[in-house]
Amino acid sequence: MSQLVDKPVSTQNVREGAYQAPWYQKRQVREYFRNAIVYLLVLPGAAVFILPLLWMLSTALKESNQIFIYPPQWIPDPMVWSNFSDGWNKFLDFNQMMFNTLFITANNVIGNLVSCCLAAYGFARLRAPGKNILFALVLGTMLLPAEVTIIPQYIMFTKLGWNDSWLPLTVPAWFGFPFFIFLLRQFFMSIPYDLDEAARIDGASSWRILWSIILPLAKPALATVVIFAFIGNWNNFLNPLIYIRDMDKQVLSVGLNMFRGQYGRIDFHYMMAVALIVLMPVLVVFFLGQRFFVQGIALTGIKG
Amino acid sequence: MLLAITSSIQRKGMTLQRRERIDFWLSILPWLLGLLFFTGGPVIASFAFSFTNWTGLKSLEFVGLANFQELLFEDDLFWISAWNTFYYAFGAVSFGTIGALVVAILLNQNLPGTTFLRAVYYLPSIASGVAISILWMWLLNPDAGLVNYFLDLIGIEGPKWLASQTWVKPALILKSLWGIGANMIIILAGLQGIPVSLYEAARIDGASWWHEFRHVTIPMLSPVLFFVLIISMINAFQILTDIIVMTQGGPGTASYMLVYYLFISAFTYLKMGYASAMAWILFAIIMALTLLQLWGSKRWVYYEGGER
Repeated sequence: MSQLVDKPVSTQNVREGAYQAPWYQKRQVREYFRNAIVYLLVLPGAAVFILPLLWMLSTALKESNQIFIYPPQWIPDPMVWSNFSDGWNKFLDFNQMMFNTLFITANNVIGNLVSCCLAAYGFARLRAPGKNILFALVLGTMLLPAEVTIIPQYIMFTKLGWNDSWLPLTVPAWFGFPFFIFLLRQFFMSIPYDLDEAARIDGASSWRILWSIILPLAKPALATVVIFAFIGNWNNFLNPLIYIRDMDKQVLSVGLNMFRGQYGRIDFHYMMAVALIVLMPVLVVFFLGQRFFVQGIALTGIKG
Repeated sequence: MLLAITSSIQRKGMTLQRRERIDFWLSILPWLLGLLFFTGGPVIASFAFSFTNWTGLKSLEFVGLANFQELLFEDDLFWISAWNTFYYAFGAVSFGTIGALVVAILLNQNLPGTTFLRAVYYLPSIASGVAISILWMWLLNPDAGLVNYFLDLIGIEGPKWLASQTWVKPALILKSLWGIGANMIIILAGLQGIPVSLYEAARIDGASWWHEFRHVTIPMLSPVLFFVLIISMINAFQILTDIIVMTQGGPGTASYMLVYYLFISAFTYLKMGYASAMAWILFAIIMALTLLQLWGSKRWVYYEGGER
């Protein structure tokens, strides 16, 4: 790319032939200079971005009397690996909460995937009157702040007797999520329509086309949705905070906040250890899937 | 004979078309039900609640515009929350967008290692939630936190951050800047969509680095920047988890935000009607700011396809 850009400059040099540029104006030197400046700006920034996570790990491995030592020690001596198991097991029943979070998250990822794939397929590939107005509603609800609906939802779920159960967290996931419908629809639209036509002539039903043609071709978009849905549901804090009282049904995000409320003044080593465990699945998903969601963001121009 | 065939084809064509329509309605049915029961219904109910004094328990009384009147003319905490939210949103959006733009431009060079560096900048924006809020409470700890340690290294005595009425909002803005990675990725995608030929033309005309940036990059990127501004603003106005976990609106009321006040009113004091009114005011503010930006954007956003 940069070679293309620089071409006019070099032909100019050839034309002027006799003129010898001083060393600091030579293209290569200039490029080295520019690159050095870029690295000089970007590398310290990257360090600032990654240091909080390393600091988190460092604190998680410290003895309690070392946490407040100043200046801070980056590499703890000794490394107390037992902080992880102690923090996890001694105070709250994090094992139960881990199971609950995993279950709810898995349910919601599958629910989102099924309901959003169906709706996106309808909007992208099936012809029906009124489709565009309905799709405008998808976009409209994407921009509606959750605060507007949260109170009536709470009242409705309470009337239904769903309070203090998983239902308010798990059921809505099966009824679509506008952002994912939008993302999948954009991707489905990019698949050639000739494929549908050919399959229809061969007698395939709409559902057969979705299952055998569209979904296999849309794997990157499906992966994006799975990753976003996983992270969003794993981190969800507000809904469990509102709906769930019973500690046996509670999820990690709320448990972590309770842990902070009870032990947060001094026990930073335990807090960081537990927070790291809670964060770990998200980090793993990030490293496995970053290729996909960078693609997904570029696809729709929207972040999750 | 021929007639029979064509009519049967026509009939078949009709049924195919009908089939497709039925399939369409079936495919969007789950979403449509969700729209009715989890979004549409609640939106209407919320609007109705905002004119009542409902506490969610028993008495429901129509009070007209009393909620709005009380919020706008009598409730100091509402105005404090509104000011705090504007302060936070302005800081988070302006610094966040400029930061994301700078990082995106720097990482748009095809240098060795940029893929890795992009991932590093992007990672924190994915890692949100309670765990990260707790991490930042520790980073911002006045005595042993990393932020004040670095300030100390360059000879500045760090403030008390979350414990200071003056510094709690800057602290929250600082935390939000750690998450600029998502915007950076969007801007990066925008940068890569700018045709190289425009830069070539600018170079031939002898444009400097600044001229290229000012007259090629910015205009071509303006729709993306506009989009990033709107989305960041909507997100910033809805800050909640950080407040619940990190400050609970304190110290004093220095970090009371609109959504936090709404949340407390609804679920701590059970003033459902009052909180609903607040939700609509919040919605109106967000809409107004979006329209304002949309109107302002005509002066600086350049659409390649021309005005639509």
